[in-house]
Amino acid sequence: MTMQRDTKERLDVAKIRLDFPALAQEVHGHALVYLDNAATAQKPQCVIDTLNRYYSLENANIHRGIHYLSQQATDAYDEAREKIARFLGAREAREIIFVRGTTEAVNLVAQSYGRPSFRPGDEILITAMEHHSNIVPWQMLAEQTGARVVIAPIDDRGELIWSEFEKRLGKKTKIVSLAHISNALGTINPVTKIIQAAHALGVPVLVDGAQSAPHIRVNVQEMDCDFFAFSGHKLYGPTGIGALYGKAALLEAMPPYQSGGDMISAVTFEKTVYNKIPFKFEAGTPHIAGVIGLGAAVDYVSRLGLEAIAQYEHELLEYGTKKLEAIDGLRFIGTAREKSAILSFVLASAHPHDIGTILDQEGVAIRAGHHCAMPVMERFGVPATARASFAFYNTKEEIDALVRGIYKVKEIFQ
Amino acid sequence: MSEINELYQEMILDHTKSPRNYKALPTSNRRMEGYNPLCGDRYTVYLDLADDVIRDISFQGSGCAISKSSASMMTQAVKGKTTEEARRLFQEFHKMITGVTEYNKNLIGKLTVFQGVSEFPVRVKCATLGWHTLAAALTGNEKTVSTE
Ligand SMILES: Cc1ncc(COP(=O)(O)O)c(C=O)c1O
Repeated sequence: MTMQRDTKERLDVAKIRLDFPALAQEVHGHALVYLDNAATAQKPQCVIDTLNRYYSLENANIHRGIHYLSQQATDAYDEAREKIARFLGAREAREIIFVRGTTEAVNLVAQSYGRPSFRPGDEILITAMEHHSNIVPWQMLAEQTGARVVIAPIDDRGELIWSEFEKRLGKKTKIVSLAHISNALGTINPVTKIIQAAHALGVPVLVDGAQSAPHIRVNVQEMDCDFFAFSGHKLYGPTGIGALYGKAALLEAMPPYQSGGDMISAVTFEKTVYNKIPFKFEAGTPHIAGVIGLGAAVDYVSRLGLEAIAQYEHELLEYGTKKLEAIDGLRFIGTAREKSAILSFVLASAHPHDIGTILDQEGVAIRAGHHCAMPVMERFGVPATARASFAFYNTKEEIDALVRGIYKVKEIFQ
Repeated sequence: MSEINELYQEMILDHTKSPRNYKALPTSNRRMEGYNPLCGDRYTVYLDLADDVIRDISFQGSGCAISKSSASMMTQAVKGKTTEEARRLFQEFHKMITGVTEYNKNLIGKLTVFQGVSEFPVRVKCATLGWHTLAAALTGNEKTVSTE
């Protein structure tokens, strides 16, 4: 599989679609139109084959066997860490810690970085557009330490209000944690500017990259974030695996998150010496298949090129925005000027849940609900939204199918 | 009729657009809130209960077409019934929408329009939110009931 692509070259979407077996199926008698990519993405054959090969032929535990298969598995595992480090632009592979996903990554930082040092009165600054997984771990930490979660508000477009953010960033702020891209609104946050402002006060920043790593080029060194989290399953990889990037100096100073095998270098009943990073944070047998599968997924999107992906998905966003905007009674929730290919909307005549059911009968898969961002729903005064979220394998024809589906909803609920 | 038209029947759409008994009830002596955290549907059911008879019932709130029309038709169906009769009706209704073939069609009456829900298992919670709320109100637990 040598599929070299110049990043300036346009994506050959018809060909790309053939890499994704799930896209070729019919649902309720219609060709599947999968527009729920922000929830989870479909998997290319090369990822499926990698998992299959691992379980069929290469299965062994890592870092503990002297036999052939264990060595093979260990090499593949370590190589995947290198790939992900390169993908994120990390300085070193040991700055990549494998976790179950973004949720676990945030919990790890809250408990391992925050818990030992945060004091009553300290502040954790997040935004009003966070996913619950970037709210609740901080609320738990606040309960444990007496620190306070402070919320930076957003405007009617769904953009962070800069002056309000600045006002809340201060001497008491111990960490800033925010989404690179909002899953409910599509807003792309100005993370570089935020990180600069935070660093000017010596405050570290965690970037929740669940929605950005699959869709725009990320370079953690250029961005200069202190932590970056993403989930493999949204990046065309397996479920149950993701990564946390952390600057080596920070990770080295942090205590382990969980304890057990692999995270220690020597155990006696008197004293345990913790292993070095990243192993210190990876207690127990990890999700080896997932890690290797994630490596394959990262290879796949890197071959397509994140610039080409972002450019094509932006075309889908513009096309979809124009088409949906023309529908009478449709209101977008999230109209930021810098936006990812996510269209969250409500209809005057129909509830998102009914929209979802009717579209599903037309083979169009979208998400209806609060998208694990209930504070965002409250901010916009809606109980839920319908959300179409795009990936590089989607087409304008599929957006047309979405639009036809919405007209069908309107016909039923006229 | 396609499955989708089976689900969104004329009577259901009519109750969605103009729900019946859709108001607070000044004479109520029981009140219960029902909430489905997954889709954000939220209703309050008001009861005027005397000697085990539902003398009056109303509801208010917001949610999808299925939950709203179901709550609306529920209020019509149970008004004047005893608590036991209302519970029995909920049981039969639940059987129907979960696809149990043996249910009492005579008791169900007009509520038969919700039979299409049985083809949409994820919507069963919508169709029963009002009913669960009523059941909790009849039991008299002063707490929000949740579908989760
Ligand atoms: C912005 C954002 N953060 C965090 C998460 C949580 O990711 P996971 O469930 O994979 O841990 C999601 C997933 O929906 C998300 O969209």
